[in-house]
Amino acid sequence: MSATTAIVGAAESDLGVTNASILTLQSQAITRALADAGLSLSDVDGLATSGVSRFSATQVADYLGIQPSWCDSTFAGGSAYEMYIARASQAIASGQASTIVISFASNQRSARSRSLGGVVETHTPEAQFESPYGPLFPLSYYAMAAQRYMHEYGATRADLAQVAVLAREWALLNPKAFRYDAGPLTVDEVLAAPMMSSPLTTADCCLVTDGGGAVVVTSLERARDLAKPPVQILGYGESTTNTSMSQVPLLPTGAVASGKAAFSRAGLSPSDVDVVALYDSFTITVLLSLEALGFCGPGEAASLVASDRVRPGGDFPLNTSGGGLSYCHPGQYGVLLLVEAVRQLRGEAGARQVSNAEVALAHGTGGILSTHATVLLGVDR
Amino acid sequence: MSEHVLPIPDDVTTPWWEATKEGKLLLQTCLECQHVQHYPRAVCTQCAGSQLHWVESAGHGVIDSFTVVYRAPSPAFTAPYVIARVRLSEGPTMLTRIVGADESELACDLPVSLSWESLSDGHQLPVFQLTHE
Repeated sequence: MSATTAIVGAAESDLGVTNASILTLQSQAITRALADAGLSLSDVDGLATSGVSRFSATQVADYLGIQPSWCDSTFAGGSAYEMYIARASQAIASGQASTIVISFASNQRSARSRSLGGVVETHTPEAQFESPYGPLFPLSYYAMAAQRYMHEYGATRADLAQVAVLAREWALLNPKAFRYDAGPLTVDEVLAAPMMSSPLTTADCCLVTDGGGAVVVTSLERARDLAKPPVQILGYGESTTNTSMSQVPLLPTGAVASGKAAFSRAGLSPSDVDVVALYDSFTITVLLSLEALGFCGPGEAASLVASDRVRPGGDFPLNTSGGGLSYCHPGQYGVLLLVEAVRQLRGEAGARQVSNAEVALAHGTGGILSTHATVLLGVDR
Repeated sequence: MSEHVLPIPDDVTTPWWEATKEGKLLLQTCLECQHVQHYPRAVCTQCAGSQLHWVESAGHGVIDSFTVVYRAPSPAFTAPYVIARVRLSEGPTMLTRIVGADESELACDLPVSLSWESLSDGHQLPVFQLTHE
């Protein structure tokens, strides 16, 4: 596929502990991303967002004083923002909108709004057949996926811990990272952290922080006239597999289908990717996604993550921002995967900049391995 | 287990919950294609048929995977306890608990058998224990 759309602006809101409202953080992310593109609110005729209220896109449009001709609030957890890239590209290609903002923000750390059991909606099958057992949501599902993974491939808790160790290594190069000043993390520290839902400890879990981000999408043709070099949208794919904890096999995940679709649409293969941003809700998520997306074979992700290839200076830089584990995790981290991929492709990533990055992959995972969405981005050639 | 989050049965699931009072774990079988499924639904996920009838599970399965919860999600639960996915011999996989076993005894693919825990509303919750041969 030859690209017809591009990301032209990308930005974070304030991150960490902000004591700001969700809509303040949304406003920061959106106006900063527009400024990055050299655009203003009056240019925006499309909006995709979720996690604000029942009517998320409508709410944000009202708050910003805009009346978009296209909007989307598909609720798919952390993968929604990669899914919005697909929908935004299609809306632009069809002429329904020309300048689309994709945004998310949360103040979950300041507001202490996170609950270990998740939100139980009493009319759902899960409320009757799963919630009565008391699983942590989403943690216990990922824990069962990790247990199964260890059983099938002989992996260990130390293999999982390597993912958190790697994330910290990158975060030490990112001044915006929540753990920027925390120093290196060791495998032993991860193993010694309090057990939450075995085999996962608190250190196998992503951060709980405030934060948000936004990206601006427009046609590639128009993108070439804007402030920054365009980042082409080369391909995308998604797969929706489950809401309950019992109905589909734990392995492999829906990332197999989303990755295949994205690579096929882009006419690329995993070996073409220069920099990778995978949703790291939990350490296990990264191992599962690396294998499902075809970056290594089944059971091989642990040795890949322990290698120098994925580290600063390596040829397969993985989660260069420090990830949800050590950089920022505001509940739905997917939009920040896109922000980091854009920065790497533009050469704006400072001390953590990857050299000669031309193709980036961002992969979002939502819910309990429920939704999987892959986006391939590339420099404008 | 202490007090539970109590289920609210609906038009499809009321017979299933009623059967738990007699210690029967029901599964749905499709009259058109014989597919067996759980949780109960208004539709067969294999053939889209709507003629579903109840059969009683033999109560045998294997642990697909498990996790020990060390921090309870609400005061309704007392940690630690074992959450598991059990694959029933009839085919479906269900979320449940493994009771009466230490974490060190647990492993994927071990055989388990049905047991019951009482809920405060008179229903029972199907749980499993390791099958000791």
